[in-house]
Amino acid sequence: MSVGTENAKYERDCMSSLGESVRTALDLVVHADAVLVRTVLLSLGVSGLACVFAAGFGLLSGAWLAVARFPGHRLLLMVLNTLLALPSVVVGLVVYLLLSRSGPLGSWGILFTPTAMVIAQTILVLPIVAALSRQLVGDSLRDGGDQLLSMGAGPLICALLMLLHDRWAVVTVLLTAFGRAIAEVGAVMIVGGNIDGVTRVMTTAIALETSKGDLPLAMALGLVLLAVVGLINVAIGLIQRGQGSALAGVR
Amino acid sequence: MNAPGSQAILSLRDASVRFGPVQALKQVALDVHRGDFIALVGANGSGKTTLLRLLHGLLAHQGRRELADAKAVQAMVFQKPFVLRLSVWNNLRVALWLAGVPAGERAARAEQALQRVGLAELRDRPARALSGGQQQRLALARAWAVRPQILFLDEPTASLDPSAKKEVEAVLATFAEEGMTLVMSTHNLGQAKRLATRVVWLDRGEVLLDQPTDRFFSEAVEGRAELFLKGELTWSLV
Repeated sequence: MSVGTENAKYERDCMSSLGESVRTALDLVVHADAVLVRTVLLSLGVSGLACVFAAGFGLLSGAWLAVARFPGHRLLLMVLNTLLALPSVVVGLVVYLLLSRSGPLGSWGILFTPTAMVIAQTILVLPIVAALSRQLVGDSLRDGGDQLLSMGAGPLICALLMLLHDRWAVVTVLLTAFGRAIAEVGAVMIVGGNIDGVTRVMTTAIALETSKGDLPLAMALGLVLLAVVGLINVAIGLIQRGQGSALAGVR
Repeated sequence: MNAPGSQAILSLRDASVRFGPVQALKQVALDVHRGDFIALVGANGSGKTTLLRLLHGLLAHQGRRELADAKAVQAMVFQKPFVLRLSVWNNLRVALWLAGVPAGERAARAEQALQRVGLAELRDRPARALSGGQQQRLALARAWAVRPQILFLDEPTASLDPSAKKEVEAVLATFAEEGMTLVMSTHNLGQAKRLATRVVWLDRGEVLLDQPTDRFFSEAVEGRAELFLKGELTWSLV
């Protein structure tokens, strides 16, 4: 058999395997396969909780950073902006070192649990929430900060009112953070350990099943992950559209 | 203008403001008396807005700024009103909350303020969906609701069409009739003539004329003031 014929056969096999994987994947999704559902729910739970914690700390610290002035403020902003590109494996490594038996928080005994994964993802998305909300509040303060100060608001109250004023943009920030959390693999792999039924989430499962050659499950998880990220984008788009038309429509 | 010797409720003495290399106000002396309606006039960049912000206490400055009653309630309406992305009603509630008005009084005060400026029927509308004139009236309602002793207005009709301008002027006239002290910057000399009891002319950061309105517009003035009144103070001269 010539080399050309062999290549063509290999490509045909691959396409057939891919087609079969997609069919099996769709079957798993349609029939709500138990392993698939468990993995998806854990992913949504871990990333959702991480975003809730990041929202609590990030929105407050972003609002505060928008109005606070102290020595080193500029440097802190530079560090925060740098952390926007924080590699997830680095977060995983740091949290691992903190939570491992010999680490300072080893006594908590939470390494390789969903709690550790929530902590890692919170750290990962906190800079996103803080930096973007600081930017939002700063822009709005330039527009109406003097008005609020004139009405008797202190600087922090001004900033918090601006979060309320920009609440739809804040929701967009939180959805962006959720998108980052649910799609990352490095941090949860390191601190969760990818334990079946305990800490296995969509991204780590995809990595494992692909390496094992179980493409249908990996593909099914990939489809769900894509759907979740797609839904987030649709939600962001709808919010932005709704915000625009709410202002333009009545005027 | 109040009788000489009547106590000022707000005074500036030798007040100067600098923005980096720019001297925005130079050793300004100004007294605001109860019941005054002062119009600050002057060319663009003459320091009207800076003076208003200084009077309101929003700016760091050199010199003295003295309020007769340190707890006197003040409010300011800006040229481009900033309204929160909330309903008209909630914008008023937030303003009253910030001013420290007790919770039990807020609803009644907000209702009165909306009636005052003719926006009662729009109370549930998103404030950002109001027209420019309506937003300015909301800003006036928000200011009036806190019962200010002094109300500062920064060109409140600058970006409004003639009918909205008329609406806002009518509201301001009633505020003045009720005895509220108003300080307003304006480019519109006709508006100053119609509404103000005193006119203060600023030029290049200095207060050069401070006269009762009738005298300001009837007495002969010379030099740059004359050019300004004739509308001939051109950019090159500014």
